[in-house]
Amino acid sequence: MKKVFAQPESIVIEQPTAYCPGCGHGIAMRLIAEAIDELKVAEESIAVFGIGCYSLSQSTMRIDRQSALHGRAPAVATGIKRMLTDRVVFTIQGDGDLAGIGAAEVIHAATRGDRITCFFLNNAGYGETGGQMAPTTLLGQRTPSTPKGRDPIEHGYPIRMSEMLAQADGSAYIARVAMNTPANINRAKKAVKKALQTQMAEEGFSLVEFLVACPSGWRMDPLEALEYMANRQIPTYPLGELKSSKVAATEVA
Amino acid sequence: MGERHFMLANYAIVEAALFAGCRFFAGYPVTPATEILEHAAERFPEAGGVYLQTESEIAAISMLAGASGAGFRSMTATSSMGFSLMQETFSYMAGVAELPCVVVNQARGGPGVGPLGPSQADYFQAVKGGGHGDYRVLVFGPATVQECVDLTKLAFHLSDKYRIPAVILGDQMLAQTVESFDLGEPIAEKLPPKTWAVTGAKGRAPNHVGTYPPVKIAPDELSRIGAGSGGSMGFAMSEWRMAYRQRRYREIAEKECRAESLFVDDSDLIVVAYGTSARLAKPAVLQARAAGLKVGLIRPITLWPFPYAAIADAARTAKAFLTVEMNFGQMIEDVQLAVSGRVPVHFHGRAGGMAPTPEEILDVVTRLIRE
Repeated sequence: MKKVFAQPESIVIEQPTAYCPGCGHGIAMRLIAEAIDELKVAEESIAVFGIGCYSLSQSTMRIDRQSALHGRAPAVATGIKRMLTDRVVFTIQGDGDLAGIGAAEVIHAATRGDRITCFFLNNAGYGETGGQMAPTTLLGQRTPSTPKGRDPIEHGYPIRMSEMLAQADGSAYIARVAMNTPANINRAKKAVKKALQTQMAEEGFSLVEFLVACPSGWRMDPLEALEYMANRQIPTYPLGELKSSKVAATEVA
Repeated sequence: MGERHFMLANYAIVEAALFAGCRFFAGYPVTPATEILEHAAERFPEAGGVYLQTESEIAAISMLAGASGAGFRSMTATSSMGFSLMQETFSYMAGVAELPCVVVNQARGGPGVGPLGPSQADYFQAVKGGGHGDYRVLVFGPATVQECVDLTKLAFHLSDKYRIPAVILGDQMLAQTVESFDLGEPIAEKLPPKTWAVTGAKGRAPNHVGTYPPVKIAPDELSRIGAGSGGSMGFAMSEWRMAYRQRRYREIAEKECRAESLFVDDSDLIVVAYGTSARLAKPAVLQARAAGLKVGLIRPITLWPFPYAAIADAARTAKAFLTVEMNFGQMIEDVQLAVSGRVPVHFHGRAGGMAPTPEEILDVVTRLIRE
């Protein structure tokens, strides 16, 4: 029988993850691990984890890693990459981490053109602490800190980091993907590979923003959460490549 | 090596860092540390190292965490409010990740913006911990440009040796001092390779820097603390692991304390001061001595570990202590701890960017010794 699927080598499959049923983080981590395996860069890879549910399960990745404090992962990654220029250095951060407290760090990593890759998990809230409003929470979305729903007058507007970062001259590849359908997940896989290849081709800063479901935070069951993503989250955060690199245009992922 | 130079303290610190093998500098401009950045911007790339100007002090210390976690000697330089911004990551590097680095604080005090003058009002912050949680860092208080050089070299060495951050706690007056110095010899002690560093897991199991470095715990110890098997980070386990780190601090306190003592065995009044305050107090002490007054000086060179033993020892024979600082009373609390109420501990302080003059210190000394 032909083997058509295997768990990536860069995932420690024996280790259970801490994710809720229907959480999109596990898929994103698997795609990153698959890309590392396919590009054969496990021994050169260094991950920098921010703080969120994803960092509770960081030991599931079988590569060297550093833990950063909330929002600081891009700066930590820059410190590593500037000294180890031939390694593949990437961050894994949530939306509160990257778009809230860490907004300055990611913007300046992009404007410096640092050859790192940021993997940005956007689940419209602070999942680990119970789903409070994050800068990426949608208008009208009810959370424990916006019990009547996000109101632009009181709480401001959702932030579109990828569009902002695509403006930076130092950004070489910026893409937004979603984890709600097999087709979208396949597109996400391609984006992950292109982002890493952009780094390896030394073109500049790269980032992939994943829209991921947070059924617990959104107080929905997993299927409802995927519908919410399709009907509300994706329209607020359009999918696609906001900036494409030379290697992304030429590589067949 | 006998290489004599004549240079601004801030430039000398950069030369000492390069001499000690530091090749990563990330910093944010702030008076009176800016010359360190400017000199590093020229000299680090010349030496094959990396200079990065950052968007904030928070980014600077975070970059240090990355470079240091990757096994490289790394440093930044700042002044008081910049050091405030660094506290979260700094305390984390000290108490959890166990990462070396050297942070130079050319203090100008504060709070807030802070005057553009010398200050020792960051003593509490550096020595007692400006960040949250239980932790210690090495703190050095240089008094001369030569000492800036010697202590910068020593800071890199001890920081690596014990996996603990180090602070060079200077001030605006010292930072702007031009004196001659010798780069000296490299520190002889060989340190083991950093096998824990995160460099890409080639030919070894993956490393992780950021949570507590793993420590073997015996099964009977595990059940004694009630943490159960499997090594989950329950509170009993985190307490055990923190206590393990505390043992390292005790080891450093026993082995790495440094202070200078003058005339202590034959003194009624002992002045305790560090850095620029000590530099300004010394002429007063020498003049008092010349006038027949029994005055001595204890000058802490490491502020952590603090020379409690030397002061406690002196308290058995001295009749009083005088702490001289550029603040409203910070190091005096450590002097009082050491003296343990045996004899009075007096205070003379200047603040807001003012420095005490040798003349005014002599006045205070003379008045006190006559009482």
